[in-house]
Amino acid sequence: MKKNLGILAVIAVVFIVTAIGGDGFLSAFNLYNLVERISLYAIIGIGVSFVIVTGGIDLSIGSFIGLCAVTFPFLVIGHNVSLTTGLLLLLTMSVCAGLFHGLLVTKLDLQPFVVTLCTLMMYRGVARHLVSDSTMGYSDERFQPLSLMVGRLSELPWFEGQAWARHVPVALLIMIVIGVLAAVFLNRTIYGRDLMALGRNREAAHLSGINTTKMIILAYVLCSVTSGFGALLFALDVVSVQPSTFGSFYELYAIAAAVLGGCSLRGGEGSIFGVILGAALMRLLMNSIQMLGVSDALEEFVIGFVILLGVIIDVIVKRVVAKRRARQQATVAAGAE
Amino acid sequence: MSESEPAPLLSVDRVTKRFPGVTALKDVCLSLQPGEVLALIGENGAGKSTLMKILAGVQLPDEGTIRVAGNSVTLDSVHTSQSQGIALIHQELNLSGNLDVGANIFLGREPRRFGLIDKDTIRKKSRALLKRLGLNVDPDTLVDHLPIGQQQLVEIARALSVDARVLIMDEPTSSLSQHETERLMQVVKELRCDGVSVIYISHRLREVMELADRVTVFRDGENAGELTREEMTHDSMVQLMVGRDVSQFYSRQPHPPGDVALEVSAITSPLDPGQRLSFQVRQGEIVGVSGLVGAGRSEMLEVVFGVRPTLQGHVKVGGRQLRLRSPVDAVEAGLALVPEDRKKQGVILELAVRTNIGLAGLRRHRRLGAFLNEAQEKADSAAMVKKLRIKTPGDLQTVQFLSGGNQQKVVLGKWLAMEPTVLLLDEPTRGIDIGAKHEIYTLMDQLAAAGMAILFVSSEMEEIIGMSDRVIVMHEGRITGELPREQLTEQSVMQLATGG
Ligand SMILES: Nc1ncnc2c1ncn2[C@@H]1O[C@H](COP(=O)(O)OP(=O)(O)OP(=O)(O)O)[C@@H](O)[C@H]1O
Ligand SMILES: [Mg+2]
Repeated sequence: MKKNLGILAVIAVVFIVTAIGGDGFLSAFNLYNLVERISLYAIIGIGVSFVIVTGGIDLSIGSFIGLCAVTFPFLVIGHNVSLTTGLLLLLTMSVCAGLFHGLLVTKLDLQPFVVTLCTLMMYRGVARHLVSDSTMGYSDERFQPLSLMVGRLSELPWFEGQAWARHVPVALLIMIVIGVLAAVFLNRTIYGRDLMALGRNREAAHLSGINTTKMIILAYVLCSVTSGFGALLFALDVVSVQPSTFGSFYELYAIAAAVLGGCSLRGGEGSIFGVILGAALMRLLMNSIQMLGVSDALEEFVIGFVILLGVIIDVIVKRVVAKRRARQQATVAAGAE
Repeated sequence: MSESEPAPLLSVDRVTKRFPGVTALKDVCLSLQPGEVLALIGENGAGKSTLMKILAGVQLPDEGTIRVAGNSVTLDSVHTSQSQGIALIHQELNLSGNLDVGANIFLGREPRRFGLIDKDTIRKKSRALLKRLGLNVDPDTLVDHLPIGQQQLVEIARALSVDARVLIMDEPTSSLSQHETERLMQVVKELRCDGVSVIYISHRLREVMELADRVTVFRDGENAGELTREEMTHDSMVQLMVGRDVSQFYSRQPHPPGDVALEVSAITSPLDPGQRLSFQVRQGEIVGVSGLVGAGRSEMLEVVFGVRPTLQGHVKVGGRQLRLRSPVDAVEAGLALVPEDRKKQGVILELAVRTNIGLAGLRRHRRLGAFLNEAQEKADSAAMVKKLRIKTPGDLQTVQFLSGGNQQKVVLGKWLAMEPTVLLLDEPTRGIDIGAKHEIYTLMDQLAAAGMAILFVSSEMEEIIGMSDRVIVMHEGRITGELPREQLTEQSVMQLATGG
């Protein structure tokens, strides 16, 4: 909690400023959409943080999302594959992508940046070629059962008829479940500990009997599977998918969310709660730029700038806290003499 | 200080330094005369390195004054400190492995010609410095390609290149071979003749006795006393450092060994593919591995532990053949390795003492198949901190803030917590103070008595002879002989170590 003070402060400031200055920011409709977007981005942010904890990176997330998003209707509509089989194929595809990245990074010792930069381009190309660059839709009623995932909580049997549930997106629930699972995995299981340890010092971890190769591969697989699942949510949410652009830059948003949330790109550090806050800040910013009527042209600048600010504030807060602690202890020590 | 004495070149007056949770130095004083070799000794965590870092401008003191030639100075950067003529050879290596030797020696002070780095001068000067240290390597060699002992010499060459008035050496010999050590001591004596003052930190009292004009002893961050050259004896120094008597130093009491615990059969020698290596270690036996630096001893341990692939041969632990694919298999079979380079291979600096100690036992103690057993981890770490007397404000302290010797104890603790059947130790007492060394020897003896098989590599002849039931001697990648305890003498070991 303490670690995330800086970013919480920034979120609060942006929220208050937008609430005061922006028309309709606090409307139920806007807040609903905002929360849903935050949830979707947080999910892919959580995915990439597994890889970042190992000291690696996955740049291919965005185009992999594009690939998954076109492949699914391509199978289900285009080739009459059943929904379940389609989902299984999607899962297989994600696992394979993760294995591919992980194997190249560990067995051939290639740099994660290079590997995923190449697959970024490859996935995009395959996506476009597969459907000859044509737009894919998710409006077919065969997708109906899945659309629940991007619906309102009140549409689920357990929450039927409850008024508040109409204002809560199902995606939030999904994100919370994934977040809790991920946090437990990272902080409470031996595998999470393995990842944290090898992210700091791979050789020492290896010599302590940790199967570093297997764990790194696992991290890439988890990342790709989360992205594949995220792809489905994103696609169901927007309904129509452009193979050439769908998912573009999502990897950067995911990475930015992770970094904002305290993951170090040097590895070995990261908190799931932080990543969720990071995603929240980013989506909130995009929303407030619209709400405050800032010129569209400035959007990227503002986002980049505020993220940088967030990271800077975070570092400063940490330093001040550390210094204060040292001083406290010094006075305690002096008093004891 | 009496009026008649000459003004000290360097004096430290009532310096205090606090870190979160620890007072590393409390009102310490120290003085250094021109052309004097002052030895600074004390147990791990006594504050020696901290004071030296303050003198080198790496850290600022909280209180106290430092005078150079009578003038009070503020040493707020390495640069200021160097311009006062103070140079420090750090305890831990601080080289850029991706640069060559010459570039490392002159890093930050590169000689220039026409605004560009003057490679020729660097090469020439580096070669001269290295030669002075008896190191015969080309200045264009990448530092990463040098063994750790030679890297240490490069570090020393770098400090020499500053032309310091005060040269501080923080455990310079901990990774040097005997020969390299002797060469270094010679260099120190030459420096003294040239009028350079040296502060020499070491846990090896023999070196201290040979070199020092005076000894200052620290204990728990405070001055514990001072000895003149005449008062300097092994016992008097230990007495001041530890505050108690450590007489019976090597406590090895061999028992009749049990079954074969580790059997290495005809593995390919990592240094010389034409050679095969075979040996056995029995339960309850302590086997030393001796040889000159570069004889391939560490490499042999790495093969046994599955770090290094071997082409042929096999390793059996407790009669069962080991798959030599990775340390994962080795650990599962009950093997443990305390590696040579603790900072890179032993500990994870940014993690807590407790996490480090728990690392090897993660799998063994897991609950419900995958979950951390935090209670066990906490108990293990508390037990190890106590058993090994690890000096730390608490086991949640990050390992990087521990003194070097205490970091080594953390590595030991990590393995002992999982009770291995075969313990491989690579230079286990490097950088460890005399009290802790004694504790480690006692521990080795106890572990062996309890049936553990111990194989330890060491460059310290004394401990090889003092602790081993049997010694395997290596030379240039092959085993040149084995000596039972009765035949162990410095000469017999050296003869085999130099090729028999
Ligand atoms: N940056 C730091 N932060 C917190 N504690 C520190 C830091 N540096 C040193 N310490 C603590 O200060 C004390 C003195 O450490 P120091 O490294 O000076 O010991 P030392 O005498 O050099 O020991 P060794 O013989 O093991 O090298 C230790 O308890 C150590 O844990
Ligand atoms: Mg030290």
